[in-house]
Amino acid sequence: MTTNDPTQPVPGTYLFDGKMAKKGYGLNKMCFSFNEQAARDEFNQDPDAYCAKFGLTDKQIKAIHERDIIGLLQEGGSIYYVAKFAGLLKLNMQDIGAIQTGMSLDEFKAMLVKRGSGEE
Amino acid sequence: MANIIGAVTTSHIPAIANAMANKAEETPYWKPFFDGYPPVRKWLNEKKPDVIVLFYNDHGLEFFIDKKPTFAIGVADEYHNSDEGWGIATIPPVTGESELSWHIANSLVDDGFDMTICQEMKVDHGLTVPLSLMWPGNNYGHVKVIPVCINCEQYPMPQPWRCFELGKSIGKAIESYDSDMKVAIFGTGGLSHQLDGEAAGTLNRKFDLECMDKLVTTPEELTKYTNLDLVKIGGAQTVELNMWIAMRGVLRGKVTELHRNYHAPISNTGAGLLLLEHEMPDS
Repeated sequence: MTTNDPTQPVPGTYLFDGKMAKKGYGLNKMCFSFNEQAARDEFNQDPDAYCAKFGLTDKQIKAIHERDIIGLLQEGGSIYYVAKFAGLLKLNMQDIGAIQTGMSLDEFKAMLVKRGSGEE
Repeated sequence: MANIIGAVTTSHIPAIANAMANKAEETPYWKPFFDGYPPVRKWLNEKKPDVIVLFYNDHGLEFFIDKKPTFAIGVADEYHNSDEGWGIATIPPVTGESELSWHIANSLVDDGFDMTICQEMKVDHGLTVPLSLMWPGNNYGHVKVIPVCINCEQYPMPQPWRCFELGKSIGKAIESYDSDMKVAIFGTGGLSHQLDGEAAGTLNRKFDLECMDKLVTTPEELTKYTNLDLVKIGGAQTVELNMWIAMRGVLRGKVTELHRNYHAPISNTGAGLLLLEHEMPDS
């Protein structure tokens, strides 16, 4: 398993540091707003307009459109806020775990069970 | 001198709240997890702590990265939960303990911990799930809670040794409080897990069990890890171990393990439960 970002010290992991926090500020601010039902409704009515309101970059907007969780992390998303976007899509942590690892949900869950039992 | 009677560590993930809301405690997936809790609930109901000092991390309900406190403490009479964006039920208000909170805050800052002090603070699943777990039906209103929030989201975040020192300083503050109230300490979150990146799903059962052992007998050993060590060993969110380490720092007297449970996975995490009894130090 390798990360696409060679500046990150742990493979497959995007540490949310100052550089990322700056890069992802608008994106995270938008996702933070999803705590409110009214914001979720506004996003759902017109995602592009809502992204524009928070000044998202083209790459961030593309990742939002494609539900590309890894792309959102690479563009500065913090998992805690990205999770709120995932929640808006009715995806839970295991769903987005599967998406990020390229596994099916069942494969991802089976991997967790193996690791949890100490088999792996 | 207020009396620190013991401590509890527990997971705090939102999936637990959903499982309770859906009455899934007895299903094969959840039973090994929930079966750990009755002895802890019994102890709490028998010992009746007046106050819980609860270490947790906010996951983007109260704090955003516009201003992200490294350490924050609530000093309010009441705290509210709120919509977190992905559908866990909002729970009733949590009772605070303003006077002791301010005493701890004063003592901490004098001791070199420059806390963010909060008179209003929305509390998220990191704090509410443990309360719902300990007092099913959300019957926790009689217990006064002092929230202590540790940054586990954005680097730089406080290192394990620093969290342990924070706990020690809180322990000293509680010991110096002129009251006969009974205090229990909660360390929440953890253990090994990773939510983000291609390495999502990282879990380390062996490490989790070692942490639980060391937390009881030789907690100083856990302070030798850096946050980056924890990320490498157990996954990105294993830094939530810092809340457990902070809890353990508070317990400066004799510690006895009364109960433990470990089950993995629940959702993406290794879930550890510890019940520790504490005898106050002589001085």
